[in-house]
Amino acid sequence: MEWYLPVIWAGLIGTAVMLYVVLDGFDLGIAILFPTTRDESERDQMMNSVAPFWDGNETWLVLGAGGLWVAFPYAYAIIMPAFYIPVILMLLALIFRGVAFEFRWVAKPHHKVWDLAFWAGSTLAAFAQGLILGGLLQGVKVVDKQFAGGPLDWLTPFTLMCGAGVVIGYATLGATWLVYKTEGPVAERARRQAKTLLLGLLAFAVLVSLWTPYAHPRIAERWFTPSNLALLWPFPVLTAVCGYMAWKRLHGAHEFTPFAFTIAIFLLCFLGLAISNYPYLVPPGLTIWDTAAAPASHVFVLIGVSFLLPMILFYTAFVYWTFRGKVKADAGYH
Amino acid sequence: MEIDAFLLSRIQFAFTVSFHIVFPAFTIGLSAYIATLLGLWLKTGDQKFHLLARFWTKIFAVSFAMGVVSGIVLSYQFGTNWSRFSVAVGNVIGPLIGYEVLTAFFLEASFLGVMLFGWKRVPPWLHFLSAVIVAGGTALSGFWILSANSWMQYPAGHEVRDGIAYPVDWLKIVFNPTFPLRFAHMMTAAYLTTAFVVLATGARHLLAGHRTESARTMVRMAILMIALTAPLQAVIGDFHGKQTAIYQPAKLAAIEAHWDSSKPGALVLFAWPDEKAELNRFEVAIPGVASLLTHGSMDALFPSLRDSKVEDRPPVLIPFFAFRAMVGIGMLMIVFGWAGAWLWKRGTVFEARSWLWLAQYSWPAGFVAILSGWFVTEVGRQPWLATGILRSKDAVSPVTTLQVAISLALFVFVYCVVFAAGIALINRLIDKGPDEISHEDPPEQPSKRPLKAAQAPASAIFGDGHPGDDKIQPAN
Repeated sequence: MEWYLPVIWAGLIGTAVMLYVVLDGFDLGIAILFPTTRDESERDQMMNSVAPFWDGNETWLVLGAGGLWVAFPYAYAIIMPAFYIPVILMLLALIFRGVAFEFRWVAKPHHKVWDLAFWAGSTLAAFAQGLILGGLLQGVKVVDKQFAGGPLDWLTPFTLMCGAGVVIGYATLGATWLVYKTEGPVAERARRQAKTLLLGLLAFAVLVSLWTPYAHPRIAERWFTPSNLALLWPFPVLTAVCGYMAWKRLHGAHEFTPFAFTIAIFLLCFLGLAISNYPYLVPPGLTIWDTAAAPASHVFVLIGVSFLLPMILFYTAFVYWTFRGKVKADAGYH
Repeated sequence: MEIDAFLLSRIQFAFTVSFHIVFPAFTIGLSAYIATLLGLWLKTGDQKFHLLARFWTKIFAVSFAMGVVSGIVLSYQFGTNWSRFSVAVGNVIGPLIGYEVLTAFFLEASFLGVMLFGWKRVPPWLHFLSAVIVAGGTALSGFWILSANSWMQYPAGHEVRDGIAYPVDWLKIVFNPTFPLRFAHMMTAAYLTTAFVVLATGARHLLAGHRTESARTMVRMAILMIALTAPLQAVIGDFHGKQTAIYQPAKLAAIEAHWDSSKPGALVLFAWPDEKAELNRFEVAIPGVASLLTHGSMDALFPSLRDSKVEDRPPVLIPFFAFRAMVGIGMLMIVFGWAGAWLWKRGTVFEARSWLWLAQYSWPAGFVAILSGWFVTEVGRQPWLATGILRSKDAVSPVTTLQVAISLALFVFVYCVVFAAGIALINRLIDKGPDEISHEDPPEQPSKRPLKAAQAPASAIFGDGHPGDDKIQPAN
């Protein structure tokens, strides 16, 4: 009982974070691409392609934080102070991008400042998420299950690289989403951008895959021990295949598959990072069992999750289905 | 008082949570109002309800966005600034917040999309159902967050081992003793607050000479709501106060500025409580009435502030004055609502310019009362974060003073800019008012409008404003 509950919870939180990254990833991504057109109606179209979904998508981030607190309070209590500055920056950035969705329409014709807020907020949020990811991968200084490092421990070349990687990655998701959901000049431009961005995303994936085992012997050992390598070799190979497929499909007339393959790349990278670090939740020292909540708390919420999560997935799917197809110019309510 | 990470974190939390609570309080009430309007539209087919629903939905969207983004900040701040709180009570409070996310946040956020953008995508009954679900979701969110807050006020159903709370009985945790009344008090406050905003909007348009049916409808509906819920709120508040006497006697003593338990409590109308000298200066009080209100007898004795050790006493000034502000506003609300009902019965409410003039400026009333109430209950809980388990000063994260100073400055700056802009935009929407039935376009069929956004000139699609602006009527 006490052994497998944290494993289940790690899986659940991993799923929530993964869903957040993919779903809000394309929301943030289309905003990162906002400055690449100056045409107001094109920007309207880009924003409308995600407007019905963004709020639900961002809720996965709340579940990620809430879930971490529910299931691993010690990890939550270490990670948040350790990444105080990037977390606060992310929150402030998400404020700007969130309100921009509504303010932009109401403020017209004086909406330029909210276009800027939308782009800057989304870009900074993505970058801050990359800093947190990178900081977690490089490890956190902990004494007595409490954060014991300095306020800028997270600031290293590696974390800056991760920040840039997440921005490029989200932009790739955003561009392929636009290929899928829009038509005309917006879709055409997005297809061109997606090709370049995809190469950037793959380059960052390779860079992280080389940097982390080089810097952390435990990660090198995880991947390159022959018995492990025999099991794990499909991950890099599949990532390469997905990258190739996305590239190929972007050069054809396909609309949905480039997006799907980009998601697959994200999924594989995420699984790869999980494999690198399991069972550590706060590398290098604390495992999921070290940081877990009381089993009674795990069970209490798990009961709810077992029927609420399928319901959430069901009505999330319903909302996407309701707003299926290419984004229509009359999609708004404003 | 030393300026350290603790003090700054408290200011930061108070600042961010105070900004936040304004929006959910409003959207809890407004979502219920919109669902009611849509229900009335479906039932009667009367266009005015539909136009009002569309109008308030625009305002709802702006308010809800501000509520969402300011709420996420809070869910992270438990960790960034109060990490020892997260560990000490995480086993108990964490799951309550978890259930809030799972049962309420996803529900609200997902169906909000249908509610805002589904006017033409889904049939009217499903659109109405989405609005009901959003309203239910906001109320459910209030359920969990008030359960968590009430547990911090008076923890139950748990045991403490090595300074960490462990759950024993979830039913007792969720339905802890002070929760039901606090929940009822907050929900009623939310509906009341929204009713005043609706009233002020209707009154503003009537006074500006827009003597439209929608403005009249807003005023009538708001009067009905206020006349019923304002007295109800007083009754709930009274029970809530009596309960505070039982579960949080130190908080009650601070509210009443009651220093001497050898005498019955006086109803202090005004005073300047002096915490050092442990007495009230400039006191104007009616003897025995506080005892009567809280314990049912003019002679009843109840614990005073001096009965708690100094380090266990809450600050007195804030709960004392905030309580008086809240109750004072509540009393005015009752009088004002009943005056409106009386004018309505006489058939002169739409001509009563002085009443309407007051009504148009009454919109902040509910917000001020809610903030005052929360200041009473949160400051009154001090020095504890979770009563008897964890003191606020022991809950702060291991972060530096400089970090918190910077983040606090950023929050103040960003909130002032963003929320001032938001309120200005809401004001603009309110000024514009609901569309009128007179210049209504014929209902359009969604399927007959397959606009190819990319191939048509932008102006043909969007007009001067935004897609759908003023033009679209869903098939009724």
